Amino acid sequence: MALSSSHPLAGTIAAWMWLLPVLPLLGFFINGALSILGSSHVGPSDPDMGHDDHDASPAASDQASHSHGGDSHAQAVPRFRALTAIIGPGVLILSFLLAASIFLAMRGVDMSAPFIQRYWSWMPVGDLRIDMAFQLDQLSMVMVLIITGVGALIHIFSVGYMSDDPGFARFFAYLNLFVFFMLMLVLGANYPILFVGWEGVGLCSYLLIGFWFTDNANASAGLKAFIVNRIGDVGVLIAMFMIFANLGTLDFTGVAAGAAGLPFGGALVTTICLFLFLGCTGKSAQLPLYVWLPDAMAGPTPVSALIHAATMVTAGVYLIVRSSFLFAMSPIASITVAVVGAVTALFAATIAMKQWDIKKVLAYSTISQLGYMFVGVGVGAYTAGIFHLATHAFFKALLFLGAGSVIHVMHAAYHHSGSHDDAQDMRNMGGMRKAMPITWIVMWIATLAISGIPPFAGFFSKDSILGSVYEHAGDSVLTNATWLGMSGHTVLLAVYVIGLAGAFLTAIYMTRLMLYTFHGPSRATADEQRHMHEAPWLMTGPLVVLGALSLAGGWLNLPSIMSFLGPVGGLDHWLEPVVGAATRTVTNGVALEASHSTEAALIGAAIVIAVLGIAVAVLALKPASLVPKAQSPAEHGFEKVLANKYYVDEAYDDAIVRPVYGLSKNVFWRGLDAGIIDNLFVNGSAALARGLGWIGARIQTGSTGVYAWAIVVGAIVVLSAFSFR
Amino acid sequence: MLAESLGLSAILFVIGVVGVLTRRNAIIIFMCVELMLNAVNLTFVALSRYYGMGGQVFVLFVMTVAAAEAAVGLAIIISIFRHRQTVDLRNINVMKG
Amino acid sequence: MTDFLNGIHYNSWILPALLIIPLVGALLVWAQGGAHRDDADANAEPARHIAVWTLIIEFVVSCGLWWSFVPGVAGWQAGVDYAWIPSWGARFSLGVDGISLMLVLLTTLTMPLAVLGGWTAVKTRVHAYLAFLLILTSGMLGVFLARDLLLFYVMWEVMLIPMYFIIGIWGGQRRVYASLKFFIYTMVGSLLMLVAIIYLGIHNRDALTGIPNFSYDAMLASGALTPVTALWLFGAFFLAFAIKVPVFPFHTWLPDAHTEAPTAGSVILAGIMLKMGTFGFLRFALPLFPGSAMNPTVRAIILTLAVIGIIYGALVAMVQPDFKKLVAYSSVSHLGFVMLGIFALTVQSVQGAMLVMINHGISTGALFLLIGMMYERRHTRMLADYGGIARVVPMFAAALTLVSFSSIGLPGLNGFVGEFLVLLGAFRTYPIFAAIATTGVIFAACYLLWAIQRILFGKLDKPQNEHMPDLNWREIGLLVPLFACIIWLGVYPAPVLRRMEASAEKVVRTVQTNAALSESQTAALPGGE
Repeated sequence: MALSSSHPLAGTIAAWMWLLPVLPLLGFFINGALSILGSSHVGPSDPDMGHDDHDASPAASDQASHSHGGDSHAQAVPRFRALTAIIGPGVLILSFLLAASIFLAMRGVDMSAPFIQRYWSWMPVGDLRIDMAFQLDQLSMVMVLIITGVGALIHIFSVGYMSDDPGFARFFAYLNLFVFFMLMLVLGANYPILFVGWEGVGLCSYLLIGFWFTDNANASAGLKAFIVNRIGDVGVLIAMFMIFANLGTLDFTGVAAGAAGLPFGGALVTTICLFLFLGCTGKSAQLPLYVWLPDAMAGPTPVSALIHAATMVTAGVYLIVRSSFLFAMSPIASITVAVVGAVTALFAATIAMKQWDIKKVLAYSTISQLGYMFVGVGVGAYTAGIFHLATHAFFKALLFLGAGSVIHVMHAAYHHSGSHDDAQDMRNMGGMRKAMPITWIVMWIATLAISGIPPFAGFFSKDSILGSVYEHAGDSVLTNATWLGMSGHTVLLAVYVIGLAGAFLTAIYMTRLMLYTFHGPSRATADEQRHMHEAPWLMTGPLVVLGALSLAGGWLNLPSIMSFLGPVGGLDHWLEPVVGAATRTVTNGVALEASHSTEAALIGAAIVIAVLGIAVAVLALKPASLVPKAQSPAEHGFEKVLANKYYVDEAYDDAIVRPVYGLSKNVFWRGLDAGIIDNLFVNGSAALARGLGWIGARIQTGSTGVYAWAIVVGAIVVLSAFSFR
Repeated sequence: MLAESLGLSAILFVIGVVGVLTRRNAIIIFMCVELMLNAVNLTFVALSRYYGMGGQVFVLFVMTVAAAEAAVGLAIIISIFRHRQTVDLRNINVMKG
Repeated sequence: MTDFLNGIHYNSWILPALLIIPLVGALLVWAQGGAHRDDADANAEPARHIAVWTLIIEFVVSCGLWWSFVPGVAGWQAGVDYAWIPSWGARFSLGVDGISLMLVLLTTLTMPLAVLGGWTAVKTRVHAYLAFLLILTSGMLGVFLARDLLLFYVMWEVMLIPMYFIIGIWGGQRRVYASLKFFIYTMVGSLLMLVAIIYLGIHNRDALTGIPNFSYDAMLASGALTPVTALWLFGAFFLAFAIKVPVFPFHTWLPDAHTEAPTAGSVILAGIMLKMGTFGFLRFALPLFPGSAMNPTVRAIILTLAVIGIIYGALVAMVQPDFKKLVAYSSVSHLGFVMLGIFALTVQSVQGAMLVMINHGISTGALFLLIGMMYERRHTRMLADYGGIARVVPMFAAALTLVSFSSIGLPGLNGFVGEFLVLLGAFRTYPIFAAIATTGVIFAACYLLWAIQRILFGKLDKPQNEHMPDLNWREIGLLVPLFACIIWLGVYPAPVLRRMEASAEKVVRTVQTNAALSESQTAALPGGE
């Protein structure tokens, strides 16, 4: 372990940062071992003999089949449950405590350069040097705190949520492994290590989406997530190859230094950025690769909260901020990011308007909010992007966990009544505020936060993004850039308007979710209602903590106009060493500071939009008139298009999946491989040889007389040939 | 002298070849083969005058082989005759594929 | 460790010993079978033990090479050189370098696992089966170790014949067709290669005695072939190796051979024998004929075939109903990466290619072992006959998932490092080819993960699957070393890369300089051709 001893963090607790990911990895190994020990039985020495030995596998007997909608629970009590319940969240809590102490150590020193620790040489080949190295700077610290903090809360919640599941240990093994890879992603000191985490979280996402694999739809959702992510990963790979081919290094510090020498706005840096962004659209579920995220809701709800809301899906935002030195060099790529983000934000918000599955609403809401983050990092407001990432992690994790809590209760009620209705459909809920008051309150906090009502966290972060868009449209390197023939100024103003429209829709669909779930009369049967009661403290505890964070998250980075609330721009100052230079590149070297009147107007517009949205929803929606799913009429017209998510999945299926499959099967395999190469050439040449052999065999009569004549005739021919010479 | 010897040899050889090709009696074919061998022997002896003693040595080899062949061949023919009461080759075709 | 190895003069005897130990084992197996002539198969247990212990000893002995091998030296190590057929100028000379070291160790590691994998699957003519496997071991090691082209050719054929019988006797339904196809396909290429080898040997003959010289080093040093001759000879070597790799469109023997071979045969075919072709390119075709191999047209054609192989192999793998065939086609795809790496000819891509060879051997070997385990339980290879078995056989499911992710190149596992280096290196010389090849990773995820979904996940709807026994101790034991390699090579491949580096750099450097040299010579000659 080579320590960079000159760094102010050397010798402090930060030197233990390798333990941050190693603790969850340890948890993975222990829980994985417990899972295998708890469920496996070593087979007989000759497996062929064990064929009709019916006692060989008792595992087949515990068939879990109580399925209400997506989530299912079985009754068998898993072995080693208590041990897993301690180790699973325990490693996360330890990790968080370590992260917090490292954070305190960082606050005590003045660090402008990242603290890099090299552990071993990973791929030393020729002039390529890729080290297994971690890099701690202000950005990765923020991410580590979010991941371990929110992660620990979700782990604790999961102990309650998954308590009846036979795959309890397996669940925590996967969850721990996910945190390990996520920490690798944010701590890696170079692109390849980041990529290890990048694909690793994809693996865990795959495993967790398909956690209840006995339902083929869940397994397919996991597969879809992995493959769509891989399409994006190809972009990251190609970007890495281009970076290495042109800059000769893949270390963040080296690339940052080399990027400064590239021509500003050149084709090279733009191509690199666009390929990186392709990766982001996959991982962070942006257009056109967002399709996997709604399906990913097939996983257990804590997974949706941790992976598909708070952490993994924000990796794309992290990647862009981490590569801000590249994106700041390319106005075209930056505007592309902002436009894609804005369009995704609006597009997903419209779909969320007509979803009935409570988790699907939240999934499209996540896609939409991720779009806002991309708008932020696209216009060069990197801090604003990270700010929204943090607040979103709080309130969206809260929303998902709250939804999980509701689903858990619905399940329990359906279990008692023996009903097989969909426990995730809002049409089957209603009036749940009576049964679950704590969940109801914290969910409202999160809803107000995501809608952008002050003083909740989402208000500050969303305002910070939209404000930056407006300001950067006025005066930045993006203003004068040309994007698809349009001036950057126009494009950014359009992005701003789209962003406001998205915010309006956000307020509507979130209020809709709350009204349909918690307000109005209950649409469950009386018997079921009797079994509805607040979830255990293991589950409500994390909700309350996240509620507090959603309420207070905005104080991380107060805008200067609200200096009366406390210290201003905390996150701005904190991230200055990482993204300051890139931000200044975008803003032509000056710190943009809008006049207070402009800023007040922007904030006012945002608040009006949010309040208007909530008001419209409250006035227009009538929870009382809603009927349960089973009796609901079918949608018509545009509503039907929205409910079916614009038929994008179907379009992809028809335009890409089926043609590729058909081409591979009928043209490549049956046609080219089996038909032309194998039959025509290979077996054809064999047939040719056989044919020639058949002709030859006809000549071999077996009669000595014929042979003797042939010899004589041959001899005469040869002799006469000689004599005519 | 050489020309006459080679001419005689050629005539003997052609008689042998024609006999092998046209006759069906195993004994006669056998005799014709012997005739061809001896025609070659005659050539060897005639040419040995010009090209050294190697030819005569070869004649001795050929005679030895011919003797062995005669012994084995006649034995086979007798054996065939005992089985089939004929030595006509047209009837001996059990091995034909 | 090094001191101990020096103390026993390890380097002076190890390579011949590696060839002899399996042959001794084969003799013992045969003798044991002869002692129970009438009911040999009933008394096969001792023979199995003899075979597996021979191969374990072989592996343990070969492990010394890891330490005795000096990294950073490009030339031969542990070399031996004896007269063999003096009048033909053929010598029995062996040596190991950075290119072959890991392949030798891969072979000695894979062989005992292959025998263990087929422990209960092969129940007839066990002695012959084991003897063939042992002879095959010698043949394969001989190919990797030979420093004399005639010896190389002999070993090349020695390896072919046992495999022909293994497929033909202990294979599946269409084994006769598959084995014959395998044999003839390979033979077509290798005979042309023999002609080229003889030409080279005579071309390098001793000026005084006229005795041909087949020594590899002498051929490297001589050069001076006219471009046209070199191109023809390169063509002969190319065909032999391209069939063995296999390069699209010479690959159709592979799905049949892999599918019909018994488990051990598939493991060896995929794990080791497919590397013979790419090894041949690196060892012979490129260094001996740099001018032809680096000819822009030739190179573009071969790279195109490599990239076609990557995408095409993956696409065809995706639609296979038979799991074994699916993995066979995936090999076409993986070996395409190796070809891309070799012919892109940068230090990174060549080392990456060498690493992909090792990784593919481990991952695909493990996949075939797992398929063998499935087959022994259910006697079917069809994906449609499984479904939902993860619940019944959780350990098997975990193993299959891990190996699949290793095969599709998940970072942190072995498959990633090789493919990453290949693509990274190839991108420097051929960015378009590399970028197209990169999309292969998407299809890899498609075919393999879709396959394991159909096997492991979903409803357990076939009653025959409900009572599949999980892995037994033998199977766990033989998978553990492979898993260790999968993680080790993914996390810390540097020691392996360090041992390969000098040789890879030498190949890249000499081929580049010699290619430039032969180009300038061609230009200098009036009317060049």
